[in-house]
Amino acid sequence: MSAQVIVFFILAAVAVLGAVSLIVQRHPIRSALSLIVVMVALAGLYLLQGSELVAAVQIIVYAGAIMVLFVFVIMLLNAGEEERTNVSRMARYVGLPLGFFLMLQLAWWVGRGTKGMATAASSSPAMTRNLSKLLFTDFLLPFELTSILILVAILGAVVLAKREN
Amino acid sequence: MFPPIQDMYRMAPELVACFFGMLIMVVDPFVPRERKDISANLGVLGSLAALASILLMVRHPGEGMYGLLVVDSFSVFLHLIIFAAAALVILASDEYLKREGILQGEFYALVLFATCGMGIMTSATELMTVFVGLEISSIASYILACYRRATPKSHESAMKYFLLGSFATAFFLYGVAMVYGATGSTSLLAIRTVVAHSAGNQVLLTLGFGMLFVGMAFKIATAPFQIWTPDVYEGAPTPVTALLASGPKAAAFAVLLRIVFTAFGDASSTWFWIVWASAALTMVVGNFAAVVQSNIKRMLAYSSIAHAGYLLVAVAAAGAAGENSDAGIAAVLFYLVAYALMKLGAFTIVSHLGGSGEQRLAIDDYAGLSTKQPLTALCLSLFLLSLLGLPLTAGFLGKLYIFQAALDARLIWLVVIMAVTTVVGAFYYLRVIWVMYFREAQQEWTPVPVTPGVASVMLITAVGILTLFFAPGPLLAFAVRSAAALR
Repeated sequence: MSAQVIVFFILAAVAVLGAVSLIVQRHPIRSALSLIVVMVALAGLYLLQGSELVAAVQIIVYAGAIMVLFVFVIMLLNAGEEERTNVSRMARYVGLPLGFFLMLQLAWWVGRGTKGMATAASSSPAMTRNLSKLLFTDFLLPFELTSILILVAILGAVVLAKREN
Repeated sequence: MFPPIQDMYRMAPELVACFFGMLIMVVDPFVPRERKDISANLGVLGSLAALASILLMVRHPGEGMYGLLVVDSFSVFLHLIIFAAAALVILASDEYLKREGILQGEFYALVLFATCGMGIMTSATELMTVFVGLEISSIASYILACYRRATPKSHESAMKYFLLGSFATAFFLYGVAMVYGATGSTSLLAIRTVVAHSAGNQVLLTLGFGMLFVGMAFKIATAPFQIWTPDVYEGAPTPVTALLASGPKAAAFAVLLRIVFTAFGDASSTWFWIVWASAALTMVVGNFAAVVQSNIKRMLAYSSIAHAGYLLVAVAAAGAAGENSDAGIAAVLFYLVAYALMKLGAFTIVSHLGGSGEQRLAIDDYAGLSTKQPLTALCLSLFLLSLLGLPLTAGFLGKLYIFQAALDARLIWLVVIMAVTTVVGAFYYLRVIWVMYFREAQQEWTPVPVTPGVASVMLITAVGILTLFFAPGPLLAFAVRSAAALR
């Protein structure tokens, strides 16, 4: 077993444990902190695949910016421990088996057909240089359109936050 | 490096819409409160200019922006639907915004931006571009749904739309990732080549298509992804409901048709049964749920679910017909035009009659309308009869083409379900007409006089519906040409 595989399994285990903890925790802040663990572990997995940029973006955007947003919202709403209701208890008895079933299904599918995936992964423009080249040539259109998307989002924030008079 | 100028012409409608959207944002803060008509006029002007600039687009057919979008008859056809719908919505919304006291330039800017996003969706031939267009149109629609900020219902509508819509786009994105994993590309033409050679990971491809379908099925409101529709349509300001029922639906159908027939064209079995089941379920759910509604907006919302089912029947028929899919696709396109006209007209009248704060939305509130505003009652009857699919209206021919395509493809069961559910539909459409003509008003009320904007929208949609029945030839020929462009 090579070092890479060992590191993969460690990171994967951390990611899965973080995800489980995210759901099990009853206090929103603890859930948010568990999510950071998942994000960082995923960034490690990306790094292992040789995509430094995606790993860096994962840390900066998700573990950084998005998480700050999450924590802010949780604190603004002053959200406390969640309460168990009949519906959430039902979710445990129906949701857990269903989730387990879905996991088995996915595992079976992934295990059955890994052909054709390796080729796609190795041809991916992982390197930062290639990626930026693509962004400003072949994929210029979606890149530029994103600015309109952000403009719409800003406009929306203004509309929703504006004081009625 | 910079893309050639022809590419700018190829996306002229989007650029014009964005330009006017930004112009309104810049001008609006400087316009004094009592002169807000300036923003409204800019909105009307912008939507008409965008509609006119489709001419520029037509003169530069072919691929543009490094193969990410294409100008063919198909994208021109859908651009016409979407930009015309936006122009009609803007034209009719002036009265509503004034009455509700929410006359703000941002409304027009958001409608124009949303239209730009929908336009991108229809001409994009690459999934990431589709996704960005989808997000632009979705986020603008979420905000528009929340535009009656004083009303809790509007908040509920926006919140439900936002949460479920985000889920749907996440599914779409996951689907894009899976299809990329299976084929190594997000370009529809490249995916087509891989699919045609049965290369790539079949499991991933099927899963990916399923996810893409979920994303689009949410936008076109087909069962089992239609739960949000009645609440969102009811709570959103009625002009926005008119937009939601026409534009995004056409755009999402365009994406679905492109994905199905351009990318997965030769693998009909993988998607055919998904579409079949969804079509059958949607028709049943939409029509039966509409029967028990007493609020006209909710009734029209369920009716729009039912119509999404009819449209999916045509998609399934096109898929089952193999090489001769043009008839089915043309039926979808023709019906999309008829459907947009009927829904825009009907929702415009609902918005006009709603009264301040949208108080009068119960079907019983329409009692005695035939004596108070005979022309409005006549127009609404025409739209409802067209939704039902009676002769002399565009809805009749639209349904006829779908029936024909489905029979040619030997989809007997879908035809039977469609016929039965259409008969069920007769009940709730005719009930409104009966209330308008044969029941006395319970309490005294005088509907507000029809403004020029609302009147012109009513006129345009009514004339359109009649014209499509008496002279469907040109549009149908255009639809067939557009269908051929997909393969």
